[in-house]
Amino acid sequence: MSTDTTVDAATPASAPRDHEAPHAGHVPGELGTWFFIFADLVIFTALFAAYLHDRDGKAELFTASQAQLEQTLGVVNTVVLLVSSLLVATGVRAFRRGLSTLAVRMFAGAIACGVTFAVVKFFEYRAKVDADIGMLTNEFWTYYFGLTGIHLLHVCIGVGILTYCLLQARRPAIDATHRSYVESGATFWHMVDLLWIVLFPLLYLAH
Amino acid sequence: MTTSSILRHRTTVVGLLLILATLASWWIGTDHGWFSDGDGVTVASVAVLAVAFVKIHFVGADFMELRAAPLVLRRAFLLWLVVTAAIVIGLFLRSA
Repeated sequence: MSTDTTVDAATPASAPRDHEAPHAGHVPGELGTWFFIFADLVIFTALFAAYLHDRDGKAELFTASQAQLEQTLGVVNTVVLLVSSLLVATGVRAFRRGLSTLAVRMFAGAIACGVTFAVVKFFEYRAKVDADIGMLTNEFWTYYFGLTGIHLLHVCIGVGILTYCLLQARRPAIDATHRSYVESGATFWHMVDLLWIVLFPLLYLAH
Repeated sequence: MTTSSILRHRTTVVGLLLILATLASWWIGTDHGWFSDGDGVTVASVAVLAVAFVKIHFVGADFMELRAAPLVLRRAFLLWLVVTAAIVIGLFLRSA
């Protein structure tokens, strides 16, 4: 294994970059980010409930529509997002310790995963459009395109945020504020992963 | 301070287990799995949804670092998780 000591020498005394694990009671990121995340999570809970509420009495229609989804692409994207989350979590730890080269690589890998997710989703959408399936085909497809579309928007925003994290990791020195911003960005990305963990079985598997 | 000390971490193990759980759910939840017809489909679907919420617990605890976060944040996340799991699994069973 390689040794990375590129940033330690440049770390100012005020920047606590040598803590791999946050101390007990540490809020990861900005408190405001957590308010936003909980608001987003509650909105998605309402969307999941609406989907299942409207499925009531139309289980056969929903199941027949679900059978037209590519489960393999769904699971590929689930694994891609899990890998990205693991890379981001590792990147944040490396960032805190001042291992900037490792942190940059981890964030770059996570960005690549995010882009891969979007590309796979694009091909999934295109296959459906080619098969004359759209948002108005039936209620299932309205939910499918609506829910995955809102999630894809989160992925695109997340890729932008991860790019910010990567740029922060390249800085020679950081302060507590920027470290908190990077933690907030990472937390947002984990939420993007978390939401897909529900959306994949809900839309692709449960019938 | 080495790269390996960063990689050799609880989060790495959790991440790999989450990927394994995803592949297991995929196999259980698809039509070539153990539960491919009748009531088995509903059982498999509920199992797959339940596994998803267990996975989310670990995403929160380890990836989002809630394990070391203040109690109020951990409680709020757990509350969302339990309520959402109950709503999703409850409504799925009603519509099945």
